[in-house]
Amino acid sequence: MKYMLLINAGAVDAEGGAAECTVEDWMAYDKEVKDAGVFVSGESLADLVTATAVRVAEDGGRTVTDGPFAETREVLGGFYVIDVPDLDVALDWAARCPGARGSGSIVVRPIADFGA
Amino acid sequence: MGDERAGASVEAVFREEHGRLLAALVRRFGDLDLAEEAASEAVEAALAHWPAHGVPPNPGAWLMTTARRKAVDRLRRDLTYTARLAELRVEAERAEPVPQAEEPGGLPDDRLRLFFTCAHPALAEPDRGALTLRCLAGLTTPEVARAYLVPVETMAKRITRAKRKIREARIPFRVPDAHELPERLPGVLQVLYSIFTEGYAASSGPRLQRLDLAEEAIRLATILHRLLPAEREVTGLLALLLLVHARRAARTGPDGLPVLLDRQDRGRWDRAMIEEGLALVPVALAGGPPGPYGVQAAIAALHDEAADVTTTDWPQIVALYDVLLARTPSPIVAMNRAVAIAMRDGPSAGLDLLDRLADDPRLRDHHPYLAARADLLARLGRAPEAADAYRLALDAAGTEPDRAHLRARLDAIREERP
Repeated sequence: MKYMLLINAGAVDAEGGAAECTVEDWMAYDKEVKDAGVFVSGESLADLVTATAVRVAEDGGRTVTDGPFAETREVLGGFYVIDVPDLDVALDWAARCPGARGSGSIVVRPIADFGA
Repeated sequence: MGDERAGASVEAVFREEHGRLLAALVRRFGDLDLAEEAASEAVEAALAHWPAHGVPPNPGAWLMTTARRKAVDRLRRDLTYTARLAELRVEAERAEPVPQAEEPGGLPDDRLRLFFTCAHPALAEPDRGALTLRCLAGLTTPEVARAYLVPVETMAKRITRAKRKIREARIPFRVPDAHELPERLPGVLQVLYSIFTEGYAASSGPRLQRLDLAEEAIRLATILHRLLPAEREVTGLLALLLLVHARRAARTGPDGLPVLLDRQDRGRWDRAMIEEGLALVPVALAGGPPGPYGVQAAIAALHDEAADVTTTDWPQIVALYDVLLARTPSPIVAMNRAVAIAMRDGPSAGLDLLDRLADDPRLRDHHPYLAARADLLARLGRAPEAADAYRLALDAAGTEPDRAHLRARLDAIREERP
């Protein structure tokens, strides 16, 4: 069963990284996920100031705006997709993720399966 | 054998066996819906079969065999479903590489898994109690709805939502490992405790006590205690529920109004239930630092053992509240401690402590806090302030009996003042 771990950064430091953990923390976690054989995919996202939102109205008109919403408190900073037996195991991986510490949080979402 | 008798006994058997039956089916098939369907079809079969042929010597085993056969029938009819379940099995075995065939020396009863699944922290909090009552206490959805005073449709939606999350997010049916237990067991206990308090002091509505829910909570805590005899907090919770529930007959006056501890007719307390609870308290407290339920049970025990309020061992109750406050700091515990200090050292000492809690947002609209403050002011003879405090409590109280009780107190104060 695949789960996406959505990594929400709470406070962000000057470099755009989560304030509560170091690059080494992230590298160690990344290695753990890959060594355990549960890694499916994962990316970290560039800084929020680079984000652009697109909306299409009923008449097909396109609106392009800078950023998502100004008042967004939690910023999606990246994600992992892992393949594990059940939610408890997914929650364990989420709890070990450096992004879960301090003001950050991880939202665990099962990946919809339209196959079988 | 008459139809009625067979009907009544199948109902009793089913209620008693439901949790066990469901848990075993969930374990076998890995799917709550299939397990529920098979269990209820087995009961239908029993209702059709038993009145004519008599109740079998081992009704539980009969139900189990029939339910298993029904589940297998369903799997034969619906191959897509079967394929999905087969996939579930593969994943389940991935999670538990050793099939743990008979769990030597381990947990004897599949119901324990179900307790942990129903109380899983990933489920919405109000849904956990409902699901526990549905799956483990064997209540029907309309019964659960009635117990919580919500429309059947609302309750059905909540239960469906919870079951859907279990299935689609794949919340496992498993007992947490020993190292996870300290983190997960309090969640299960909290569910049982909230079922009990929901039944005991309805937060709104006309009736003060809903005995059924309190009794269901005790039944569930008894089962859990049997499954986890060495977990002291389970013992403590069961003791606490028994020691509080033992006072039920005295807790409401003939007029339906609540009677506080100091005015209860202690002759109406359930002595047998008190004895049962008292026997558990030392077990809950021994062998390590006591947990919050154990300490609360000890406090309840001191009340239950006392002949009246004046001979109650208030110094020891205060000491136990100190322990509880250190372990689980909360404004409610601090409030109860202040009331105990008022009993030990007099009302002004208690009032000082209560006033220091006045800024806490969790107490500002908490009617027991406002009422406790009013009571102490009244005892100090500060009638106008007491009257104001009762009015505040009256505004915050949710149930009609509580409001009537507070109105009576307010009237008593007014009469004292010419």
